[in-house]
Amino acid sequence: MTDLTKLTLAEARDGLRRGDFSARELTEAYLDAMAAGRKLNAYVAETPDIALKMAEESDRRLAAGEARPLEGVPVGVKDLYATKGVHTQACSHILDGFKPTYESTVTANLWEDGAVMLGKLNMDEFAMGSSNETSWYGPAVNPWKARDSDADLTPGGSSGGSAAAVAARLCAAATASDTGGSIRQPAAFTGTVGLKPTYGRCSRWGMVAFASSLDQAGPITRTVRDAAIMLTSMAGHDEKDTTSVNAPVPDYEAALEGDLSGVRVGIPREYRVDGMPDEIEALWGRSAEWLKERGAEIVEVSLPHTRYALPAYYIVAPAEASSNLARYDGVRYGLRVEGDSITDMYERTRAAGFGPEVRRRVMIGTYVLSAGYYDAYYLKAQKVRALIKRDFDEAFGKVDMLLTPATPSAAFELGAMTDDPLQMYLNDIFTVTVNMAGLPGISVPAGLAANGLPLGMQLIGRPFDEAGILRAARHMEEAAGLDLDPGDWWRS
Amino acid sequence: MSVDRDTVRRIAQLARIRVEEEELDPLAKELSAILDWIEQLDEVDTEGVPPMTSVEAMEMKKREDEVTDGYCVEDILANAPKREGNFFVVPKVVE
Repeated sequence: MTDLTKLTLAEARDGLRRGDFSARELTEAYLDAMAAGRKLNAYVAETPDIALKMAEESDRRLAAGEARPLEGVPVGVKDLYATKGVHTQACSHILDGFKPTYESTVTANLWEDGAVMLGKLNMDEFAMGSSNETSWYGPAVNPWKARDSDADLTPGGSSGGSAAAVAARLCAAATASDTGGSIRQPAAFTGTVGLKPTYGRCSRWGMVAFASSLDQAGPITRTVRDAAIMLTSMAGHDEKDTTSVNAPVPDYEAALEGDLSGVRVGIPREYRVDGMPDEIEALWGRSAEWLKERGAEIVEVSLPHTRYALPAYYIVAPAEASSNLARYDGVRYGLRVEGDSITDMYERTRAAGFGPEVRRRVMIGTYVLSAGYYDAYYLKAQKVRALIKRDFDEAFGKVDMLLTPATPSAAFELGAMTDDPLQMYLNDIFTVTVNMAGLPGISVPAGLAANGLPLGMQLIGRPFDEAGILRAARHMEEAAGLDLDPGDWWRS
Repeated sequence: MSVDRDTVRRIAQLARIRVEEEELDPLAKELSAILDWIEQLDEVDTEGVPPMTSVEAMEMKKREDEVTDGYCVEDILANAPKREGNFFVVPKVVE
């Protein structure tokens, strides 16, 4: 039998429906892959018993002709999604042992559509990071290695485990989340597709909160079609999340059809930053040509406040995080370190439970929100944010979507930036603007660097035009025609 | 904007995170570097710009004020580090 894990999500879905193989066979293939892939440290919790039980139910439904949209498709779930009765710690020590008694809305949507849960995926602690190195469980490792090098590379972050697992075929697809680039940057580093929907497209209920005005759920997949299929199941209004929008979910897979005639693609000049590697600049130009060949009109635009998005983000996100992480106090769940008094218990629990990056961000957030500084920092950042959004609104008067690089480099070595938080923050330079404006963004593998590592291009769309950027991304994927195979040095 | 060790001590107290004496100076240095970098926002003219309150203009959704969930004491206490009966147990709060 051919290796079932080589099938894309769409191929697996269709193969199951045709009866080419059973859901049990497909799930077993992925359970074997997951066990053989432990060197990558992509999974922090494996759920084989649950997976087999779900696969059994899927086989029953397939036989009865009652297949749901994702029937029998094995997926991995980022550790920040609440999965009932299963490890949910956002890869933090402070949530030691936490097993929720409820299910997140996004994962509930996937299970209702017949998907199978393989396990929980590694991530930066509380989604704070761009390399998966702040995880309590240690870094996830990129299945890709640079040519002629044996060094372990980061799969990116915070959704490093999700990206590594998808690239190494340890799942058919994964759920991930994006607050400043945490879906798109790891996708770019691992040669996978990462989609961050418009803020409000998916429900945040049951997701461990980092920054509530920026967080958004989304898929990481091998192909653009797979991302469209996942989004169709993940998205939707939720009464339990008042920031989720009450708008119908289109069939995103059907929306992939059609060429790009009449589509105006903007190239924002401010994204051409100093020190941008030539090969990324060249790939950007090539990608624009591909879209032009398929009917698009390329237009240069300006987003004047682009350079201020990153510093504004590093006020807004930590501020919101300091509020969201105040609940971790050792009282109701997770780690508790005893103290002389209740305050002492809080202080010792949080000192022991939070890693250094989380502590840094909670403290920055506490400072910028404190009396005397709120106006100068948080309010100022929210005003800059309004200007960033205004830039995009004006640009969307001239174009339908924007094309930019996803990252300023290919995947870097583990340990290369851990001593320099600011340098680490610069990884998100092309992605944070999109979260600050609440827009949809997708990263698509577009080429390979000279050292053989994958490079991704980003498409940014109008609010709720996921269909538009998915269609353009599908064209780019076809034009790039990449054969993405990281090899299997890690398989045991 | 530089923060000194006294400010770090104060922030740590507000954030309820215990910071040891020997960590104060290195932390002050780290936080100062980040805050210095953030200062560039002062270059932006935000005169007359209302701060963003939500990404898309939306009105806060409301619902009837009625109980639709709850009565799940065991679920609530399921992950408690220390419980007694239907209570979370913590060190004494009031002297």
